[in-house]
Amino acid sequence: MGTTTRRTLIQTAVGGLALASTGLVGQLARAGLPQGTLDSALLESLPGKKPLIKRSYRPPNYESPLTAFADVITPNDQFFVRWHLMNIPEVDPREWRLSIAGDAAATPIEFSLEQLRNDFESVEVVAVCQCAGNRRGLSDPHVLGVQWGSGAVGNARWRGVRLRDLLARAGLRKDAVEVAFAGGDLPALESTPQFVKSLPAWKAVDENTIVAYEMNGEALPHWNGFPARLVVPGWAATYWTKQVTSIQALSRPLSGFWMNPAYRIPKGKFPLVDRFVSQESETNMPVTEILVNSLITSVTDGQRCPVGRPVVVGGLAWDGGSGIREVDVSVDEGRSWESAELGTSLGRYSFRAWRYAFTPHAKGQRIVMARASSVQGSTQTMELIFNGAGYHNNVAQRVALQVI
Amino acid sequence: MRVMTLRVLLLSLLSATALSARADETAIKLADGPELMTVRANCSVCHSLDYIQMNAPFLKKAGWEAEVRKMVKVMGAPVSDDDAAKILAYLTRSYGVE
Repeated sequence: MGTTTRRTLIQTAVGGLALASTGLVGQLARAGLPQGTLDSALLESLPGKKPLIKRSYRPPNYESPLTAFADVITPNDQFFVRWHLMNIPEVDPREWRLSIAGDAAATPIEFSLEQLRNDFESVEVVAVCQCAGNRRGLSDPHVLGVQWGSGAVGNARWRGVRLRDLLARAGLRKDAVEVAFAGGDLPALESTPQFVKSLPAWKAVDENTIVAYEMNGEALPHWNGFPARLVVPGWAATYWTKQVTSIQALSRPLSGFWMNPAYRIPKGKFPLVDRFVSQESETNMPVTEILVNSLITSVTDGQRCPVGRPVVVGGLAWDGGSGIREVDVSVDEGRSWESAELGTSLGRYSFRAWRYAFTPHAKGQRIVMARASSVQGSTQTMELIFNGAGYHNNVAQRVALQVI
Repeated sequence: MRVMTLRVLLLSLLSATALSARADETAIKLADGPELMTVRANCSVCHSLDYIQMNAPFLKKAGWEAEVRKMVKVMGAPVSDDDAAKILAYLTRSYGVE
């Protein structure tokens, strides 16, 4: 990565943010969000968390402000919070149990947290956790749902045990089609569907799919699934069941609201690679892997830059697990593109830092853009791929600088 | 069944109160209207009312109608037809677009 060290990348990012985040407005204003979303947003701390952008109190949905993305690893206390159901138990780790059963498990079994820690090989993966609806609030036209800006995403070093090792102890049978997961959170009403999700068996036994009990070297924060959650590198966070308590190996596809009609996308619209065949219908399919994407973190909309002085356009890029091949930056509203320098790789599922420096020689507005491409061959879209639930928004960002 | 539902309702209202104390959900200010009490009584059983503010203003009447129907038919909210009509009128008028 040439002469740029990771340290300078980080310093650059922080410096840019300090300029931009002048008060609440800098944190909350996001061109394109519905007016009601802007009006009801607050910077607020949940217990144990630094201030995050409140989208809804109950269930708690809080996104990370841009300042959380100064490094490629997102700090636990600034990691976004997303729940579907309002009753989130405070789990006593001594009482917690993880049961593994289902009609495709020959020898159902139950583990304590101690057993997870002591009886299995401990593995680590750095992986991006991104809500399928990240940037939904920027959809044009707007669509119903949590109106996320760009902060329903984070990158952490997850430690835990391979799901496939647990499934082997439960006697996973060859006829398993899917593996289903339930967490500790419950709805207010018995009539509301419990949040249960499944993975195709092939993804469940992927060596990178783990049940994590550590995040960035610490216990998971309560709000991010303490004491253990599923980590499905490359796939949208809807599959990363928090406070996971029950795993079911199934010989038939799981049904239920959260599998269908929720978390569905039209077939053929997105450049996805991973299929979830047992859940596909004629016209739609479940959300699967994350699309290639990037976030500009060093400069923000409306930022004033002195003419003749270098400006660093920097940020983060990620995809569904093939890795980042290239990030291109445009400083002329997309007419021409130059390659950004890439930071050190922390693995193919991780955020990757990038930066590009240029010097504006004329006063006035300057539109900068970033566009990431993956090793697998996908590039961010320039125009929204509209879908009714607002998933997979990976439109290349535009930031308008004011050169003064 | 009716008794069970009421018990669950009561429990959830209690936990909602506990959460409010921490997150200050009570500070949410919704638009005035004759149906506001009905909106509060029904919708806040399962979620804070900033969900309404956040999703506005971009839905037409048909959009809010589909959402109210989803809450009843899919999410199992025990909302009477009469209350659903009031809620829809309120959302359309205060948080909708033509």
